[in-house]
Amino acid sequence: MPSPRYRREMPQRYRLEAAKCKKCGKFSFPPRLVCAGCGAKEFDNARISDTGTILSYTTIRVAPADFTEQVPYSIAIVESDNGIRVTTQVVDCKPEDLKIGKKVKFVFRKLYEEGRTGIICYGYKTVLV
Amino acid sequence: MREVVVIGCGMTKFGELWKMSLRDIFVEAALKAIDDAGVDHIDSMYVGAMTPGLFVGQEHIGALMADYLGVAPVPAMRVESACCSGGMAMRTGFFEIASGYSDIVLVGGVEKMNDGADVTYALATAADQEYEVYQGVTFPGLYALIARAHMHRYGTTREQLAAVSVKNHHNGALNPNAQFPKEVTIDQVINATLVADPLTVLDSSPVSDGAACVILASADMVKKSKAAPVMIIGSGAATDAIALHSREDITALKAVKLSGEAAYKMAGVKPADIDLAEVHDCFTIAELCIIEELGFTEKGKGGLFTEQGNTALNGKIPVNTSGGLKSKGHPVGATGIAQVVEVVEQLRGSAGKRQVEKAQIGLTQNMGGSGASSVVHIFKI
Repeated sequence: MPSPRYRREMPQRYRLEAAKCKKCGKFSFPPRLVCAGCGAKEFDNARISDTGTILSYTTIRVAPADFTEQVPYSIAIVESDNGIRVTTQVVDCKPEDLKIGKKVKFVFRKLYEEGRTGIICYGYKTVLV
Repeated sequence: MREVVVIGCGMTKFGELWKMSLRDIFVEAALKAIDDAGVDHIDSMYVGAMTPGLFVGQEHIGALMADYLGVAPVPAMRVESACCSGGMAMRTGFFEIASGYSDIVLVGGVEKMNDGADVTYALATAADQEYEVYQGVTFPGLYALIARAHMHRYGTTREQLAAVSVKNHHNGALNPNAQFPKEVTIDQVINATLVADPLTVLDSSPVSDGAACVILASADMVKKSKAAPVMIIGSGAATDAIALHSREDITALKAVKLSGEAAYKMAGVKPADIDLAEVHDCFTIAELCIIEELGFTEKGKGGLFTEQGNTALNGKIPVNTSGGLKSKGHPVGATGIAQVVEVVEQLRGSAGKRQVEKAQIGLTQNMGGSGASSVVHIFKI
């Protein structure tokens, strides 16, 4: 991926930066220009809390080219303790360890490599707590 | 708005069409539809396709298909809304005639997926690239997330998911255009290779090549056609958050519900009036959620409703009489039009061994991504 595209998302992927609508209080992750809850256009800075809960999960066994070396790997929809939802890998555990309702914490990890001349892509994953 | 009718339809066989190119596939379906309608010209055309650019490196396929069909210089363009590109092309053509601008429009859909592309990657572009795909999620993965949440909340069972595949393969076995026209059993579905837990390869629609086309016309033109016209009495479409995780309820397909309600309202009919439906069963869980959102059964009861045989060919509301995406195949851009082809054949009474008795009102529902876009049409003979 072109480096400007990678760099633009770094505040979210490296620091879990989000936005909170000044009018209705809904979180946006990533931040947006227009609130999906009420249409307002002013936000406060916010951040995804360090821990959250698994809402659903799966184990990916057929992956796109960038991820084929990692299969099988587990993916969950996680809701952070302050109510922000993300799709994220759950690592350092076996697929059978996952359950809806289990607590996880966010960690900083390598996601994938784009090959010899590409970018090494980093971001958040989660581990069971 | 003017009344719009379907006066002709045609499709290729779905499958691995190694000897045919993207353009050959489309032209074959288009010629069948034109012949079926008995028209000597078209005023314009719309081609639904998700991503011919990624699958075969070809964009600009509106003009390409008009050229190879021999109808240039008529206006032609591609319509894209991921897996519901075909359904959205249908809606676009419908409005062009309803508005009074054109009298005869060809609406088609096509995809050539088996030409060496990274299909998992190409399909995943329908999800949020930066916040879903970047994490390594795939389309089977997104539907697996929906399935697991649905099972957890409503008690939907692994066997109930499999029942969708068993039913659709039974219907597909009666369809000469189906990619996998053979029966499967509950045990085979459950014990097949896992793609994204709990979904197996037999919960998943296949990778397919194929095209389907219909000819739409204003009702005034009907006297000139040789086929029995089928009226389009309702059209509805809606969108939802692109990322599954951004939706309030990950077991709900809100765009499906809203697109269905809009189409029912326009048609002046209720779910109970529908005699058969072709819905977007890209994965078994999708069909369960869709029949709930379209009001054929209550939310959370889709599994039980299916297991009891209500959606079978001889059931209360036959769903996916063609075999659905699961057995018939899912060349993504073509799917929304192939659904229309099936409903038209059923309403004309020419669906052969799949024929639903006394079918008068049929519904098609076509969906993009993990449910971020949906389009519903209702037809009457």
